[in-house]
Amino acid sequence: MRRLSSQLLSQLSSQLSSLLGALALVLAAQVAQAQSLVATLSTDRVPILSNFTGARIAVFGVIEPGAAARPRNGWDVVVSVRGPRGAVTVRKKESLGPMWLNLDARSYIAIPSFISVLSNRPLEQIAQAEVREDLRVGVDPLIPPQTALRAGANDPRFREALQRIRARQGLFSQNSEQVRFISASVFQAQIDLPGVAPLGAYDVDVSLFADGALVTRTQLGFTVTKTAAEQWVAQAAREHALAYGLTTALIALLIGWLASLVFRRD
Amino acid sequence: MRRSVEIYLPIAEMPVDMFLILGMGVAVGFISGMFGIGGGFLLTPLLIFVGVPPAVAVATQGPQIAASSLTGALSYWRRKAIDFRLAAILLAGGLVGTALGVAFFNRMQKLGQLETVIAVSYVLLLGLVGLLVSFESAKAALAARKGATPRRKAAGGHHWYEGLPLKMRFHRSGLYVSVIPLFGVAALIGFAGAVLGIGGGFILVPALIYIFRVQPNVVVGTSLFQILFTMIAATIFHAATNQSVDMFLALLLMVGGTFGAQFGARAGANLRGEYFRLLLGVLILVVAGRFAADLLSPPREPFSVTRTETVR
Repeated sequence: MRRLSSQLLSQLSSQLSSLLGALALVLAAQVAQAQSLVATLSTDRVPILSNFTGARIAVFGVIEPGAAARPRNGWDVVVSVRGPRGAVTVRKKESLGPMWLNLDARSYIAIPSFISVLSNRPLEQIAQAEVREDLRVGVDPLIPPQTALRAGANDPRFREALQRIRARQGLFSQNSEQVRFISASVFQAQIDLPGVAPLGAYDVDVSLFADGALVTRTQLGFTVTKTAAEQWVAQAAREHALAYGLTTALIALLIGWLASLVFRRD
Repeated sequence: MRRSVEIYLPIAEMPVDMFLILGMGVAVGFISGMFGIGGGFLLTPLLIFVGVPPAVAVATQGPQIAASSLTGALSYWRRKAIDFRLAAILLAGGLVGTALGVAFFNRMQKLGQLETVIAVSYVLLLGLVGLLVSFESAKAALAARKGATPRRKAAGGHHWYEGLPLKMRFHRSGLYVSVIPLFGVAALIGFAGAVLGIGGGFILVPALIYIFRVQPNVVVGTSLFQILFTMIAATIFHAATNQSVDMFLALLLMVGGTFGAQFGARAGANLRGEYFRLLLGVLILVVAGRFAADLLSPPREPFSVTRTETVR
C-alpha cells in the first residue's frame, strides 16, 4: 500500500512538472501556430526492472485556442499508442482424424506488438468509420490488412483471432474514458502498459478532432527498455550466445555441487 | 488479496510470480528426489501451462536438470555406483542425439510445428513408458503379495541386439554386449531430451534394467552421470543456436528443485519398491493424458498467435 501511494505521489509530481513543461511549450508556440496541439508524456523511457509488472504513463495536452472558435460539441482527443511492429503468425487448429493440429496459418507483417487507443468518448461518436479508417484511428485501422505474400489468401477470421487474442493478453485495447479534460482545452490521459508489454520504441499519436474531423495531430514516443541485470542477460544471450550457454551451464554445476555439499547425507 | 512477488524473465520476456515458479521447482524436485528422476517431463509441461513460451520452457530445462543430476551423480560417485565405461559409451551416443535434437528443435520452431511435436511426442513417449512401468510394477507387486520371487533371466538367454559387433565388457554393470544398441538408445534419449526438455532418466533407467539387464546398483548413478553431461551439452547448444535459455528462470527452478529433491529423497526411502514404481507409472500416464486431452479435444480457441520477428 505504501509503495503504491509513494508511486502515485512521484507520478503526480512528474505529471505536474510535465504539465508545467507543456504549458511553457504552449506559451512558446503560441505565436507560431494558429491552431496547435501541444502534448507531452510523463516519461520517455520505461525501464523494466526485475519486478516489472506494468507501468503507467501520463499524457498531458493543451489545445491552443487560436483563431478557430471552440467547436460546438467541444474538442475530442484520441491518443493512439503503438508498440514496436513485427511479423506474427496466426495459426488455426483443425481436426486431423482424432487430433487437433495447427494446420492452417496466416502470416502478417508489421503488426504492432501493442495497441492502446484512448479517447474522451466512444470513437464512433468522434468521427465516422471512413474517417477513422483513413486516419488510422482505432485498434482495427492500426493493423495492416495484408498477409505476407506466401501465406495464402486473406481470411478475416485470422485477423479477428489476432485481435481477440491480443486483446485477451492485454496487448490490444481501446478505452473511451481514459482521456479526461481538466478544463475546456487541457486534457490528460493514462497509458497503462501491462507487464507483458514488449520491449522497444512506442509511438504515441495524439489526434485532435472537432465536429467529426481531424484538426491536428502530434507525434510523441517512449521506449520500453530493460535495465541492469535483465538487459545484461538478454544482451549476453543474444550477442555472446556460446559464452552465455557456458556460463549458464557452469552456474548449474555450481548450484548442483553446492546442494550436494549442503545436503550431504553419507 | 494474494501477495505475489513478480520477477521479470529476460529471455521469456514476461513477468512471473517468483513463488509460483519456486514452488513448482520444489514440487517437481520433491517428486524427482522421491523417484530418482530428473523431473523435466513434469516441469516442462507445468512451465508451458503457466504461459512460458514452449521453446523457452524446453531449453531452460537443460541447466535445471544438469544441476539436479550433478547433485545426484556426486552422491552415487562417492558410493562408487557409477560405471564410467558404460557412461562414456552412453555419453557419446547422448551427445550425438542432443546435437541432432537441437537441430530438429530449431527446424520445427521455424516451421511453427514445435508445439505439436512436443505434444505428440509427450503423448507417445510418456504413454508408452507410463504403461510399461505401471504394468511391470503392478505385476511385481502382485507377485510379491503372492510370495513368489521374481524370476531372474534364464542363463544363456540372449537378445539379438546383444550379439551385434563391437562387443565390450562392462565389469561393474556385469555386461558383455555390443556398444551399438547402447549408443543407439543413448542417442535416442539425447534427441528426445533436447526436443522435449527432459533428462531422459525415466527412459534410460528402465532401458538399462529391462533391455540391457545392467546390475541394478549402478543403473541410477550411471544414468545420472550420462544425463548430467547431455544436459550440459543441451544447455550450450540451445543457448548458442536459438537463445531460448532463460538464466533467471533456470536459477529459480534450480533453487526450488534442489530443496524439493532433498525432502523427496527422504520420503522415497520409506516407499516399497513396486508401489513406488507403480506411482511413478501413474504419474507419467497422467501427464501423457493431459497432453492427449489437449490434442484430442476440440480447442476452445482454435487460433494462436506467435511473434516471428520484431523490428526494433
